[in-house]
Amino acid sequence: MNNKHVAVIGGGIAGMEAASVLARQGLKVTLIEKQANTGGKLNDWDHLFPDFSSPDELVNSLANKTKDSGVNTVCNTEISRIERNGKRFELRANQDVRFFADAVLVASGFNVFDATIKEEYGYGLFGNVITSVDFEKRMKKHGQLHTIQGTAPKRVAIIHCVGSRDAKVGNTYCSKVCCITGIKQAIEISEMLPDCEVFCFYMDLRLYGSKFDSLYLQAQKRHKIQFIRGRLSEAAERADKSIQIKAEDTLQGRPLRMTVDMVILLVGMEPGVSTSQLIQKNQMTVDENGFLKSANMHCARNQSTQEGIFMTGTAICPMAVNETLENARSAATEIIHFFENRRP
Amino acid sequence: MEKLIILPFSIGFIYLLGILGFRVVKWVGGLSRLDKLRLIHSFKTRRFFDSIKEVFMEGLLHRKIFRKNPVLGYMHMSLAFGWFLLIVVGHIEVMVSRQSLIAPIYLPVFFRYFETDHSFMLSGIFSFLMDLLLLFVLSGVALALLKRFKKKLFGMKKTTRLKTGDRIALLSLWMIFPLRLLSEGMSAGLYGNGSFLTSTLGHIFGNLNSETANLSLWTAYSCSLGFFFAALPNSRYMHIPTEILLIFVRNAGVKLKKRNNTYTNIQVFSCSRCGLCLDNCQLSAAGINNTQSVYILKNIRNHNLSDEQLFNCLLCGKCEVDCPVGINTIDLRITQRIESTRQYNSSYKYLEDGPVPKADTVYFAGCMTHLTPGIIASMKKLFHLAGENVWFMDEEKAPCCGRPLMLAGQYEAASKLIANNTRKIIGSGAKKLVVSCPICYKVFKEDYELANVEVVFHAEYILNLLQQEIIALKKGSDRIIYHDPCELGRGMGMYEPPREVLRTTGKVIPIKNEKHMAHCCGGSLGNLKISQVERSLLRNQAVEDYLRYRPDVLATACPMCKKTFSRHPNLKVLDISEAVANALQISSDQESTKEKMKLEIHEFELI
Amino acid sequence: MNDLSFLKPASRQIDFDNFDDRLLLYVLKYEPSFFTCISCGGCTATCSAGNLTNFNVRKIGLWLRRGETEKLSEEIQKCMFCGKCTLVCPRDINIRNVILLIKKRIAMLKNENTTA
Repeated sequence: MNNKHVAVIGGGIAGMEAASVLARQGLKVTLIEKQANTGGKLNDWDHLFPDFSSPDELVNSLANKTKDSGVNTVCNTEISRIERNGKRFELRANQDVRFFADAVLVASGFNVFDATIKEEYGYGLFGNVITSVDFEKRMKKHGQLHTIQGTAPKRVAIIHCVGSRDAKVGNTYCSKVCCITGIKQAIEISEMLPDCEVFCFYMDLRLYGSKFDSLYLQAQKRHKIQFIRGRLSEAAERADKSIQIKAEDTLQGRPLRMTVDMVILLVGMEPGVSTSQLIQKNQMTVDENGFLKSANMHCARNQSTQEGIFMTGTAICPMAVNETLENARSAATEIIHFFENRRP
Repeated sequence: MEKLIILPFSIGFIYLLGILGFRVVKWVGGLSRLDKLRLIHSFKTRRFFDSIKEVFMEGLLHRKIFRKNPVLGYMHMSLAFGWFLLIVVGHIEVMVSRQSLIAPIYLPVFFRYFETDHSFMLSGIFSFLMDLLLLFVLSGVALALLKRFKKKLFGMKKTTRLKTGDRIALLSLWMIFPLRLLSEGMSAGLYGNGSFLTSTLGHIFGNLNSETANLSLWTAYSCSLGFFFAALPNSRYMHIPTEILLIFVRNAGVKLKKRNNTYTNIQVFSCSRCGLCLDNCQLSAAGINNTQSVYILKNIRNHNLSDEQLFNCLLCGKCEVDCPVGINTIDLRITQRIESTRQYNSSYKYLEDGPVPKADTVYFAGCMTHLTPGIIASMKKLFHLAGENVWFMDEEKAPCCGRPLMLAGQYEAASKLIANNTRKIIGSGAKKLVVSCPICYKVFKEDYELANVEVVFHAEYILNLLQQEIIALKKGSDRIIYHDPCELGRGMGMYEPPREVLRTTGKVIPIKNEKHMAHCCGGSLGNLKISQVERSLLRNQAVEDYLRYRPDVLATACPMCKKTFSRHPNLKVLDISEAVANALQISSDQESTKEKMKLEIHEFELI
Repeated sequence: MNDLSFLKPASRQIDFDNFDDRLLLYVLKYEPSFFTCISCGGCTATCSAGNLTNFNVRKIGLWLRRGETEKLSEEIQKCMFCGKCTLVCPRDINIRNVILLIKKRIAMLKNENTTA
């Protein structure tokens, strides 16, 4: 097995973790990342739920692990084609760069939902409407939150399910991580700006993970975050750049209007573009949501519908960080089994 | 005894005349008093001659069908105009031969059977003419046969399904002229009264020629005519006489009412079920093939129209464009919707008549526009630059304009909203009402009585700002496709102002399916039945067509169209107001530098 | 015109044992999409009529599913048919058609009631 070569597409946390596990098992592993650095979307993230830990630490430790285990990391390279050649694969990047491998692991991740598509929320139009991704970027960069007028917001509305569970934008699935992200960000705002009122507008709160509910409880108990069950229908900008939002307080059964200084849209996950390019050229199949389809949802989660091609992380479906890492390790195990079973 | 051959023809003809007479009396009698006066009055004016001309151009020459497809046009013309000429020349021939202006109606029809001695003045020329005309008609029959098997040759993708009555009529119609050819050929062989066509045929018959065969052929010919006349009132060919009546009534200025009356019948019976409306209807892209105008007309005629069909229509108006008879398919459908929803309750007692602010101009964005805030923001910006004293009437709360209710047939309910809005608009003392939604524009323009308040569509308003040089734009190099909204284009006939506005911001590229043939985006408020998935199929069809021109921007002038299109990936969609706001050349005093700086900071942060 | 007494008077409890399905079954036949409602309230929030008065589109669907025919019949008269609700619904429910169908059914029931 030691002479087998695995190509991992995508240098986010899923790819890094899987690559390092595989390399420690003695396989030759090439990790291919399209951007200049590995770490993926976590590079822009400020804090992780539910423990407020630093993603930088995680990314650094993963980078060390890949390096120490002997993974060959190639950045600035985007794979556009996978070709099967007997039992081997030939991977082609844009600039005549080729890789050869006995197995391929696709860890191409997700795209963030483009909130401008929901024009009625005013993203890209009103300065004080931002996304949860913008929030993390700002916090990481400036360590503080302020409105476009440069003032500290006194009232913030956090909107759940933007681009998720919405047939109007074609995404009917739940992105899973937004609810808990919203609660985490609400707590952060409240800690940073104790005078600021924070409201979460939700359809259903889906706090499935361990410790997620205790964070919810903490948000209510300690930070007095208000949760309103109702979906935002539209936002309008006032003359003073504050945002008037409309929703129904469905528990009261009455429409609700509220003027806030800032709106944060919890944008969902969408299947990655690079994934779809691979699909077009290689007949990799996708499920009804556009994510890569597993050979079997239960016992072969990481196997694609093509033998020898595996996948992991958010290329399969929306996942939180810890799930992604677990999933990456399980992918590595499946690849190892694949080689063991193939030996004559 | 020989005269018996005219019996089938005569019975059919008298029956047809009776039915037609009865229907004309019933239909004209059923019009309102005012409409009857209109009709009578129109006979005394130039309109009468306009109608005669239209009957000739459309009923006989079929000019509109010619424009759509020359082969299809020729087919209709050769049948209608050819037959008409056969009758006219046939009568002249009889008159000349009898040296009398009065001849029995049947005589020209069976002339060559009865007039065996063929030596009157100019008889040779007449025979030649009649043969030529017969050939002309026969070419039409041949094409009609061909059309049944190869509709593509005629520029048609679909044809309507036939009913039994139609089949009988169609079959007898196809038989008439070949039988006439055979009969006249046989007679020519026997008596030598034919010309190039019939004589040749007579020669070919040779020994087959006999008095008995001749009699049988002429009897068959008479029967086919009789059958056709008898079947006509219950077949689609009823459109031939009805269309003539329609032209006169329509040109007299009679319009469809909010309730069905006999004008509805005149329109319904004028439909020839040619199926041209089927090809224009976009609903087939979503697999909907039983709600098109031709079927609705048929269902009205048969009194079996279902709500599922009636309300499954985009009301885009594309079927009306190509209707060779000029049936008002949209108004007709709306009348049916009114009839269908007559008993529905609605109550708007909650509408208030509060105090209204005074302003020079009122802006009514409309319900939909609140879901496309980019349009509102752009309009606000333009009003600000124009220094307009404007009251944004529905910024916080206002009733709907009423048009969506009307599209669903509920005119009475809509009138309550209209009354409330009217009071407010007039109460504001404004001289101008600016609207940025074509759905609102249509109702404000057509159904509101706003005294001296001028209703202005935002395209016109912006165009005026540009012409007055109140705003200046920086022209870019974007390739722009302008999508005509149904309610604005076909609905209100406004095609140029939005294009003129867009020409100041970029390059507007002309495309094949634009203006009166523009696609519907699929978002339509007129259709109450189709699902979002079906709507996106219609949208995709339109987008696919637009993308062939590789546009940078798809511009439109309707919040509904914008919303529908912007859900499509890989397409930049802008309302004309946004395109203009983006291209504004703002001098430093208009936008404070502080404001600008903040914008930059923000953009930087958003990355 | 507005006499709706032929519809059963409402009681305090939702009585699923005496369920009035006269409206429900009709709407379900032609527009089954409304059954997928998750009560997010987007429709009510955006509603042009709800902006002016106490009118809740979401509850129209809810009452329909619960057989609350009388309340529903009164409330539905306030709808202005603008179609915004349909445009924001995350479940793609054709709400405008649901309202049309309910109105149709009420008119049908009223006719049955007067002829009976």
